[in-house]
Amino acid sequence: MPCQENFLLISVSFAVFIIIMSSRLKAPLYLLLLLTWEVSSVYASESGAEVRWFDPATLPTLVLSIIAIAVVLYTIRLVQSGRKLSIREIPGLKAVEEAVGRATEMGSPILYTPGWGGDIQRPTTIASMNILSSVAEKTAHYDCRLIYPTHDPVIMAVAQEVVKEAHAKAGHLDRYRADDIFYISSSQFGYAAAVDGFISRTKPASVFLLGTFEAESLILAETANSIGAIQIAGTDSTIQLAFFIVACDYTLIGEELFAASGYLSQNSMILSSVKAQDILKIFIGLFIVIAVIWATLDPSSTWWSF
Amino acid sequence: MQQRLPIAVCFIAGVLMFLQYFSPHPVARAVFVTINDYWQIIFAFTLLVGIAAFVKTNLKQISRGKDTPYRLIGLAGLVLMPVLALIGGIKIDSPFQWAFENMLAPMQATVFSLLAFFVASASFRGFRARNAQAVILLAAALVVLIGRVPITEMISETFPKITFWVQNYPSMAARRGILIGIGLGSMTTALRVILGIERTYLRGE
Repeated sequence: MPCQENFLLISVSFAVFIIIMSSRLKAPLYLLLLLTWEVSSVYASESGAEVRWFDPATLPTLVLSIIAIAVVLYTIRLVQSGRKLSIREIPGLKAVEEAVGRATEMGSPILYTPGWGGDIQRPTTIASMNILSSVAEKTAHYDCRLIYPTHDPVIMAVAQEVVKEAHAKAGHLDRYRADDIFYISSSQFGYAAAVDGFISRTKPASVFLLGTFEAESLILAETANSIGAIQIAGTDSTIQLAFFIVACDYTLIGEELFAASGYLSQNSMILSSVKAQDILKIFIGLFIVIAVIWATLDPSSTWWSF
Repeated sequence: MQQRLPIAVCFIAGVLMFLQYFSPHPVARAVFVTINDYWQIIFAFTLLVGIAAFVKTNLKQISRGKDTPYRLIGLAGLVLMPVLALIGGIKIDSPFQWAFENMLAPMQATVFSLLAFFVASASFRGFRARNAQAVILLAAALVVLIGRVPITEMISETFPKITFWVQNYPSMAARRGILIGIGLGSMTTALRVILGIERTYLRGE
């Protein structure tokens, strides 16, 4: 029997190898095979674990996720059917043009930092990249230098591509400087000290602090404030938001940071998801009102708590 | 093909990671562990890319005579720490540990301690009573500051109670409002990326 199993395994492996080598998609198929192999080996090592497919404790999250996805798909459908969507004015994003214009007039660079706290899979970093794209397009158009120091080499690589593409879109690929988008250090205060140093020495006219920030937020914002730079900030941390509101000229609060790509590009598909956020906020507001009334009338009830 | 393949990979990975959250099954766990392991491997390789870019950028700027002392110190640190670790190991009495505890840690503490001064200067600007809203902010800040000082409790028990109320009701309500917005924004951004609507990370194509 083991001999037959081995023969079967070798035959299947050989067949898969032939399919991969004869396919146009060699690399993705090889990666898929590798991933399957890895998963099966991890699965084998955890064979004694629980065998349920669904965890009932996650049911409320699943239901809410399905509702949220349905609302997003509904608004996308709405846009596809020709409905026009608009978004309220966001002062922080309206000031992007002013910040780039000021730097151009002064002949000083713009410094853009995504903060120290996030990595590329974080939605805040993705939202920051969307704003970076718009800022880079404007700087390319006005021939203004854009400095982007980062703590994460993956973010550095993505930012280089985003800025390069923005320059190409503006028709000024020759103005793209890859050296201005660079990795400094993964250490929080090493990063803060280096960016502080750049701000003090190069004296940028405008500073963008958009991304995930921790304790370095106020160090960077106050240093930029001390040199008189115009500052546009936004983060997903409510603690650091308080520092930004005090120290910066414009602050993107809450969902404003995530609405930026729709606001700046006026892309109807992206605006549709921003509209979905508004609809979901109404649902959550209604739920909170009902839960408050219910809890007041029946203090022993707990159905609203999960 | 250049555009479709990354979107397909992103969609599959996004859906897989979403679904595995709801499942305690070993296969779901295995998918989660494997993808995270691969992420760590990819990150280790990108760190090399980052270090190479760091060295290249600094050498180029040194050759142009820009910020030479700072860049030399940065490069020296990059070389020195691994060399010390390779020569003497990373044990408690090694030169690497000595450099870490007596050079790196104090420098990091120095930068962190700047925060105290920056909080003071930012508070001074932020708490100026320019209009009615700023006066409310100033009053709330004063109540919280006074209520958090231990001696206030000895004078009156009311102040800590007011502080507690300000922090746990009006302040918390505003904070939760912002958090709901952030949560919804994060979710729709993630959905946009998974569905291929948001493509800035693919050079904006």
